Amino acid sequence: MAEVSTARRGVNARSRRRLNVVRGVIFVVLGLFFLVPLYSMAEFTTRGAGAQAHRSLDAWRAIVSYPDLTRALLISLELAAITSIALLALLLPTLVWVRLRLPRLRRVIEFLCLLPLAIPAIVLVVGLAPIYLWVTYFFGDSSLTLAFAYAVLVLPYASRALDAGLSAIDVATLSEAARSLGAGWPTVIFRVIVPNMSGALLNAGLLSVALVLGEFTIASLLNYTNLQVAINMLGRENAGVSIAVALGSLLFAFVLLVAISVVGARRHGARTVEEG
Amino acid sequence: MTEVQVSAPTTTRAGVEVRLEDLQRRYGTVTALDGLSLTMEPGELVALLGPSGCGKTTALRLVAGLEDADSGRIVVGGKDVTGLPANRRDMGMVFQAYSLFPNMTARQNVAFGLRLRGVGAGERTKRAGEMLELVGLSAQSDRYAHQMSGGQQQRVALARALAIRPTVLLLDEPLSALDARVRAQLRDEIRRVQLEVGTTTLFVTHDQEEALAIADRVGVMRAGRLEQLGSPSDVYARPRTPFVAEFVGLSNRLAGHVNGGTVDILGLRLPLVDPTTPDGGVTAIVRPEAVGLRNVPDDTGQDALVGTVVATAFLGAISRVTVDLGGGALVLAQLPTSEAADHPAGSRVRLTLRPDPVLVTPLAVGEAAGVTA
Repeated sequence: MAEVSTARRGVNARSRRRLNVVRGVIFVVLGLFFLVPLYSMAEFTTRGAGAQAHRSLDAWRAIVSYPDLTRALLISLELAAITSIALLALLLPTLVWVRLRLPRLRRVIEFLCLLPLAIPAIVLVVGLAPIYLWVTYFFGDSSLTLAFAYAVLVLPYASRALDAGLSAIDVATLSEAARSLGAGWPTVIFRVIVPNMSGALLNAGLLSVALVLGEFTIASLLNYTNLQVAINMLGRENAGVSIAVALGSLLFAFVLLVAISVVGARRHGARTVEEG
Repeated sequence: MTEVQVSAPTTTRAGVEVRLEDLQRRYGTVTALDGLSLTMEPGELVALLGPSGCGKTTALRLVAGLEDADSGRIVVGGKDVTGLPANRRDMGMVFQAYSLFPNMTARQNVAFGLRLRGVGAGERTKRAGEMLELVGLSAQSDRYAHQMSGGQQQRVALARALAIRPTVLLLDEPLSALDARVRAQLRDEIRRVQLEVGTTTLFVTHDQEEALAIADRVGVMRAGRLEQLGSPSDVYARPRTPFVAEFVGLSNRLAGHVNGGTVDILGLRLPLVDPTTPDGGVTAIVRPEAVGLRNVPDDTGQDALVGTVVATAFLGAISRVTVDLGGGALVLAQLPTSEAADHPAGSRVRLTLRPDPVLVTPLAVGEAAGVTA
């Protein structure tokens, strides 16, 4: 009996080791897949002119000398904020309402939310172009009007994140409990449901920010300037600076997403400690 | 169970009369409520009892305002609330599923309704504390839902529902998710608290033991209608319909014959619940506790009342003995365990029937004596 148990422990240990090796290999391969292009970009931006040239940070230093770039960066950040807020304000009450009152429409809403994923950006632009004539008429030609298009673009990702969050709590019972205690629908949503799905809201926000900061096609085809369009234009003028900005924006987006998720995790952590 | 001796909190208010008048509710082709009418006296606890799909939860949700009636009226304290939304009905509700807000402590949960009513922070804390004391959870007031057991969560939910001084307390199978021991404890606690605060209470359950133990009156529902409404002892001892007799408690179904206002069962003549029952063959519904057993010698000859003990179910102080009368006809007898021990499996026994009034139903074709649960 003891021998059988020892043999089984040995087999388990071997499988664990094998699994760890597979995990390690996957981690390294994926790491290289992401890091090699970034390293190549960094290498290119620090390469001096000529074969014998020394490494230099001239391309990075030159970034600040392009005021359009800074402006485009700010526009992209504003767009990310507006898109996230507008989308959450639109989507959360809709999803809650559909879940509670119109469950038959759930599949329809899911389908509508996923449509932007199935339609190529170029096709979307064909549809958006005439609409933007009206958008420009009513809201002016600010690049911030791109938030309308971006809200549509982000819909599939944000809706999935929010739907997962709503599925994790018993929305029907919680809202009925709150209603029976005297809460109106705004109170139900903002004081009962939203605080219990902060993780999902954060995820939806992160996805929105990531997508908006990296969007190029729609902005370019609708003749608006955001960060990616500005980088593209700069690339025609100075490849080194353009790649430096692209790498910088990637790192910036990465740091921003990590910062947002760390803040979210800290808030959650603080509550958990308080709970304990 | 921790006994908490507290005086009635300052949040109590006298119960009010609740009237449900001819409530109708359909879901597509399914009729959930078919003209339900019920009047609850002030401070009374009425339990609606019935099988799944009988409409009891629908009735409660209509009273709560969580669903709309197709027709009919709900009158609370003389005021027609049929058209009022749930958040303006002033009713406290405890749900079957755990419904505490996960982001709030027990105290915050209890104070939630008070906050919505604009009660000041000091008063809120005081009243929430009183309510938690009432349900014996003062020590857990700073805990979150995930730090409490199911029973504790339901007690906090009860405190939360009562904190707003509801006109009516609605309990939607609040014990069904709990294990048997906690369920019995909390059942008694709900009754104690309800008596203390005096709020008119509608309690929905499919558990007959729960309904009989807790309610002033029990309403047995079937297919969207009230089949019988009466005190627990009335519903149990004097069921008005075969459905009530069979749904509430165990019943033996024995073939009988009505003759001149009495019924012959297994050769014994017993009075009828309804003496006007026309003469003829019937099925008599006899409670297991109305059946007695007496040992007879093994060689006792063929007799309608003589059978063989085939099984005994030990239930603590009482036991249920199953007797085979021959031909597959089984009869249940409920006896004190000490008495049941005198009739081991295989022993021959003679049945005796207590001379209580018997409920009868028309005899179904080919029906034999038997037991229904």
